[in-house]
Amino acid sequence: MLELLDEFSNSELSRKLLVKVKEAAQEYIHIHGRKPVFMEVCGSHTMALAETGVKMALKDHVQLISGPGCPVCVTDQKSIDAMIKLADGDNRIICTFGDMVRVPGTEVSLMEAKTQGKDIRIVYSPPDAVRIAEENPDKEVIFLGIGFETTIPVLAVALKAAIDRDVHNFSMWMTTKLVEPILRTLLESQEVSLDGFLLPGHVSIILGKNQYQYLVDEYNIPGVISGFEPVELLGGIYKLIRQLLEGRVEIENDHSSVVTDEGNKPAQLLMETYFKTVDEAWRGIGIIAKSGMDIREEYARFNAKNRFNIEVGEPRKTKCRCGEIIRGLISPEACPLFGKACTPIQPIGPCMVSAEGTCAAHYQYMRED
Amino acid sequence: MKDERISLAHGDGGELAHRLIQDIFVAAFGHNDQARFDAAIFPAASQQMAITTDSFVVNPLFFPGGNIGKLAVAGTVNDLAVSGVTPLYLTAAFMIEEGFKVQELKEIVNSMAAEAQKTNVRIIAGDTKVVERGSMDGLYINTTGVGFVNEKNLPRPEAIAEGDSIIISGTVGDHGVAIVSARGELGIKTEIDSDCASLNDLIRNVVENVDGVRIMRDPTRGGIATTLVEIAEDFGVTMEIAEEEIPLRNEVKGVCEILGYDPLYLANEGKVLMIVNPSDEKRVLELLREHELGKDAKVIGQVTGKEKGRLHLRTGLGSTRRLNRLSGMMLPRIC
Repeated sequence: MLELLDEFSNSELSRKLLVKVKEAAQEYIHIHGRKPVFMEVCGSHTMALAETGVKMALKDHVQLISGPGCPVCVTDQKSIDAMIKLADGDNRIICTFGDMVRVPGTEVSLMEAKTQGKDIRIVYSPPDAVRIAEENPDKEVIFLGIGFETTIPVLAVALKAAIDRDVHNFSMWMTTKLVEPILRTLLESQEVSLDGFLLPGHVSIILGKNQYQYLVDEYNIPGVISGFEPVELLGGIYKLIRQLLEGRVEIENDHSSVVTDEGNKPAQLLMETYFKTVDEAWRGIGIIAKSGMDIREEYARFNAKNRFNIEVGEPRKTKCRCGEIIRGLISPEACPLFGKACTPIQPIGPCMVSAEGTCAAHYQYMRED
Repeated sequence: MKDERISLAHGDGGELAHRLIQDIFVAAFGHNDQARFDAAIFPAASQQMAITTDSFVVNPLFFPGGNIGKLAVAGTVNDLAVSGVTPLYLTAAFMIEEGFKVQELKEIVNSMAAEAQKTNVRIIAGDTKVVERGSMDGLYINTTGVGFVNEKNLPRPEAIAEGDSIIISGTVGDHGVAIVSARGELGIKTEIDSDCASLNDLIRNVVENVDGVRIMRDPTRGGIATTLVEIAEDFGVTMEIAEEEIPLRNEVKGVCEILGYDPLYLANEGKVLMIVNPSDEKRVLELLREHELGKDAKVIGQVTGKEKGRLHLRTGLGSTRRLNRLSGMMLPRIC
């Protein structure tokens, strides 16, 4: 596996591919008088494009717009405030992913709550939170479940473990998001004009290639499923430009070693067994119908929203433009707070916190001063 | 004895405290002479001396490749060694939580003694405090180190110039990954040992044979990126390191891929970064590679200018990006 990674990050290969991508992009620019515009849907792609230097190397040839694929970034501020509020109660252990702990709430972040003596724990895998609940039977253990289809099946695995082992003191607060509804919303709003999508390899392992066919059939826009190494990123972008040059509109699978046409059926079944689709509020966009998943009624006793009575007021208003950034309307540098009032140490919006956030990627990897 | 635990009485100056000192510390460090007095007296030459202090609070206390004791000796020895100083004496202060297992304390103290002997330093003064259970986490150690300055061996940072070579003595990020793995919280298990080691021998071999060492640093917390950013800012130089040249174990690379960590920002406890005159580059590499701890030494970059105080990384694609201090702590990603 590691040798495999090496092969995909191979520098000589990626430098040759870079030349090919630039040539193809020049051909496109020659015909259309402008750069091709692609959106990378996923936050991990945003980070990888910045970290590997691909985005910088292509800046005069391809316009890459970051999409709405960073889980904490797209989470509505009121949901974030509610999740942080959960830490207020006594005798609770809050478990969540690393990114969540530093996201600023209207009052505090979970990190600040921790310094005030609250028991906040970072776990890498949600089932670990179930184990923590078993080890602490006299405490309420709450997992804050955020994420897209990459994460939702793992949340289902955690819920299944809690149900199977009858862990009374475990519950989950879910604000999960689905890829298809947000892409449809973006395309229908026509706020951004795109020539294609760079689709994330890991989400696609769950969803499968066929799931994206609506992009072609209903919106006439191509997509390429790509991995995260430089060779894969460049290969994906190259294939998108080739489609444009050859007048094709298809979903191409450039990650076929792990992504199948149908996706991961057992994972899809797990999601459907334990969760139902619900309306979700998105930062900067509002409520999108059936755009997330939450725990089914049968298992409502594990739903922290039923278990705890959390009320939060209207979030504090800031000049943060995360909402426009996740819709691909502006780049981070256009936000008046970027790099000044808002930095990863003193973040104002979630895009500056998350390891997948567009602002964090620009601040960490693409800032010159 | 096996299940004996530290109690508050071990720290109250009475019989138990006396026994703890005699049975564990004096037995391990072998300084009967000094232990009878409130202060240790030691001979010093008529030359400049150096002193440094460091506190160690690692969790877990035992990790693959070492424990807090070995780390507490090696860490302070390394701070002296990278300053071009010959480490000679250490003091060691122990803060222990009530209930700590005596057997574990013994094991930790014995590894300190072993590491001290290996590196030819003596632990000549110490202190023990016991605090109530729950008011700290297990065991903390502070060590202070004293050494002689040999003018001839001192690095010369004022001479840093464009074209100077940046050398690392081996693979980066091993300690950081070993600790993440030993904590077991993230469900990651690796075979990686911490690189925790005293570097004085390795470094002496270089500084006694080469004049062109500009500066040396041990890239501990914050990793090689943070250490180089600090050098760049402190001495107003611009440097460039090449991603492909940085020695990295496959296992470290794999863990970083999975967790979303950047190995350039992970801690090392047995590596030295050197900036050297380019004409000495080859000789320094040879000298480092003669030693077990420096066998993977490599040139990873150059000083490229004298003006701006910046660090750049040349990626495999040939493009460069600026490396900054890490903003906040590294956290494992969601997906």
